[in-house]
Order: sequence, then structure tokens, then C-alpha cells
Amino acid sequence: MSYLPSPLRLQREAARRLASRRSTWLAIASTTVVGFIIVVVISGAPGFDRVRASFFSAHYAWSALPHVLTGLWLNLRVMLIAEVFVLIFGLLIAIIRTSKSPVLYPLRLIAALYTDIFRGLPLLLVLLLVGLGIPGLQLSWLPNSAVLLGTVSLILTYSAYVAEVIRAGIEAVNPAQRMAARALGFSQTQTQRFVILPQALRKVTPPLLNDLVSLQKDSGLISVLGAIDAIRAAGIETAQSFNFTPYLVAGALFVALTIPLTRFTDWLTKRQDRARQHQGQW
Amino acid sequence: MSKLMLDIRNLRKSYGDDLVIEDLSISLAEHSVKVLIGASGSGKSTLLRCVNLLEAIDDGQIFLDGEDISEVGVNADQVRSQIGSVFQSFNLFPHLTVLQNITLAPRHVHKKSQADAQAEAMALLSRFGLSEKANQYPELLSGGQQQRVAILRAVINRPKVLLLDEVTSALDPVLIAEVLALISELKESGMTMMIATHEMGFARQVADEVLFLHDGRICEVGTPEALLTNPQSPELSAFLTALRGAGRL
Repeated sequence: MSYLPSPLRLQREAARRLASRRSTWLAIASTTVVGFIIVVVISGAPGFDRVRASFFSAHYAWSALPHVLTGLWLNLRVMLIAEVFVLIFGLLIAIIRTSKSPVLYPLRLIAALYTDIFRGLPLLLVLLLVGLGIPGLQLSWLPNSAVLLGTVSLILTYSAYVAEVIRAGIEAVNPAQRMAARALGFSQTQTQRFVILPQALRKVTPPLLNDLVSLQKDSGLISVLGAIDAIRAAGIETAQSFNFTPYLVAGALFVALTIPLTRFTDWLTKRQDRARQHQGQW
Repeated sequence: MSKLMLDIRNLRKSYGDDLVIEDLSISLAEHSVKVLIGASGSGKSTLLRCVNLLEAIDDGQIFLDGEDISEVGVNADQVRSQIGSVFQSFNLFPHLTVLQNITLAPRHVHKKSQADAQAEAMALLSRFGLSEKANQYPELLSGGQQQRVAILRAVINRPKVLLLDEVTSALDPVLIAEVLALISELKESGMTMMIATHEMGFARQVADEVLFLHDGRICEVGTPEALLTNPQSPELSAFLTALRGAGRL
């Protein structure tokens, strides 16, 4: 016999439809009101016309774009190279810090000290210390390029963050997994490589990508050393025209550059959450 | 008289002041099955963990196929590769498929080629009706299927002894049956096993000998029939009465 929805069910469904329609209208109304207030307050501000002319000028945006884009190409290369090294060093430091081998004790100590220091030091300070301090030593065999030293500073700072994220992942793997692997005859190293690390890295992929997004954005800070990246290029344009639009152009380009990675991170996090809900585990 | 596969002599193990195993000796002949029964905390799990060197022992000796594995400086990884261990909580590797779980140790511990390991694993899986699960991840399997895969993961390495620690305790009765059927078949094929369990019906079915552990000592030993129907010690009587009360006998 075919199923006929009971009046009770139809009544419930009608009530749910009504409620959902009501929330849609509420959202539209509140967004309109808030948007209206923002527009009125900002455009009614006494300095609005001057701000618009010096931050949102289409003319200056257009003329600065090629220079800012050239600078951005430098940022892009710096971030890609830094990301590769940060992942490698972060992984190595995390492995060292979670190892139990007595031979590695001094390395463990150094790694702990390193992460403590570089997680605490502001990036700007590291940039100044490395970028100005190393050339200041006047050792001819040491590199003194602003781009190179800026990249090194980024790697130094971010490797510490990434190492801590990966370490947290390693420690979050169920100890029974290690026991099961050892019981099969895997050595300490094999257990780490085949059983622990693959699970740890899967667990921490979203926070890891988050740190990489942050690294991309912070690659703009190497401009303080004089490297002509997007921000420095915008600064040069601004100094010539006394118009701040080029900075906004640089900012928009940075956002555009990080959005793919942030969206990807969100998507991955959501997928993992769903899987966890579905399976009752990761 | 077949040869001794496992010989535990005067084993003693404590955690701090807590004496868990006291002067315990068991010998296990090749192709035989001994079942350990006893209340939680009687030392069954600790005993199994001592045998596969996951726990350091305080005193005594353990011989595996004639070799003293309790000696200082013994290669523990190499010893463990000759002993199969299966735990209550399956512990399959969640990031690997069933087939990868089973072939990981053959490939990297026993240095077999991927093709050989896979062929062997597939043969085992189809023999036990799990071949269509080969490429699935453990999370999609039932508890009984996961535990059977965990047992095959140990069996594929042709261990000299298979240690099973409460392998059905986390399962419901229907799933328990399929795991027990697999273990019975392993016994038929001559696997040497030491099993800790709360399943008395199963003990009766597979055990050549049942050992009743109480407070870290062997309190009573005998055939399943003798032990379960005619207990001599007050401790075993009390244990069996408790099991009967819980409907598990």
C-alpha cells in the first residue's frame, strides 16, 4: 500500500517552511539596515571626500598596478620557497622533539629552546636582527641580500610554529597505534614513519594550512629590509604621488592570493569534521 | 612429544609496589592452545604483554622456540616480529586500507615484495570471506570484521605463537561468533596460541588446557571440561559462580 503523509506531518512541514521563510526575511532586513547605517556614517563623515580621493583613486590604482604586480611576483617566490623550507624544518623539529632516543637528547634540548624563542619573538624583530645584523658582521662569505635574509627570517619564525602544530598532531595519535605497530615488529623509526606521522599530518592539516596563509601574508614584511616587494613598490608609488591607493592595491592582491588557500583550508576542515561525525572518529 | 614453542619460567612482574605476576611458569607446545581465564586484574593481559616484550619483566625467563628472549640486549623488534599479538581494541591503522594494514609488516619488517605480500594477503582474506573488504578503510568495517582483519594482520607473518588478549570483549554476541570461528579455524591449521578470554564456551571449544589465574598466580590448571564443571579451589568456584550469575557461562 502506498504511503499517504498524515495531516500531522503536513502541518509540521508547513510550520517548518514558514519558520525558514521568516528567518530568510529577517536576515535580509537586518543586513539592509546595517549596510545602510555603515554607508550613512562613513559617507557622512567630514573627511570622506578626501579619504576617497587618496585611498580609492582609480587613476592611481591603474598606474601603480604594474609596479605592484612586479613586487608581488617577488612575494610569491619568497612565500613558495619559505613554505617548502618551513614544512621541512617544522617536520624535522617536531620529530626530534617527540623522539625518545637518548642520542638525540642535545638536539631535543636545542629544538625546545629554538621553538620557545622563535614563537615568542615578533617577526619584525627577527627580520631586523637577521636582515641588518648579518650584513653588519661584514663577513664577505655571508649573503647580504635583503630578499634572502628576509626569507631566512620568515623560515626561522614559521618553522617554530609549524613544528609545534605537527608535534601536537604526533602526540594526538592514540598510543595504542604505536603499541600495535611495535607488536608487529616495527622498529621505533618505522613506527614513526608508517603509522604515526601519516595519521598526525592528516590530523593537523587545517591548522598547518592556516599557518601557511599567515606566512604568505607576512612575506610582505620583508619590505622593511628594502626588498622591493608589492608593499615596497606601493610605498614608492605613494611617495611620488602622495596618494595611498597603491597600498590598497597591494592589500587587495595579497587577499586575492591567500583566498584560495583559506577556502581550501575551510573546505578540508569541514570535510574532516563531517567524516568524524559520520564515523565517530577522524 | 612435540617441541616447546613458548616456555615461561618463574616470571615475576610488578608495577611499583603492585605485584601483578608472581612466580608463574607456563609451557606451550607447538600446535597447542592454552586459554587463560580469570577476573580482570588477575594478570592475564600483563602476562601476554610480557611475552611480546611490550613490558619489561622483573624476574624469570621466557624462551621462544628455545631462544631466551628475556635476556638483556635481545633484539626486541626481531622477537616481536615472530610473535603475533591481537588486542581487545583492534588497533587497525585507520589511514590504511584493509589490504595495506595486512601487508605493511610483511613488506617492511619481513622484507617481502609488494606483489608477494599482496598475493598472500588476498589469499588469506578470501579464505576468511573478507576479500571484498580489501580496499576499504577500517572505519567502514563492523567490529567483528575489524577484529578478524587484525588477527589476519598478525597471522600473515607466520608467528611462532599467536597471543590473543580479550579479542572479543568489545564486540556484541553476533560479531563474537564470527571472530571465534576464525580462531577455531586457526587452531585446526595448527597455530600455537595463548588466549586470554572471558568466553567460557569458546575456551571449552579450542583449549587444550585452561589455566585459571588469580592474583598473578596460576590457581588451577586442567582440561576445559574438568576446570569448568569441577573446580577444586574456592577461588575458581567463586569466579565461575560470578560468571554464571552474569549469564556468561
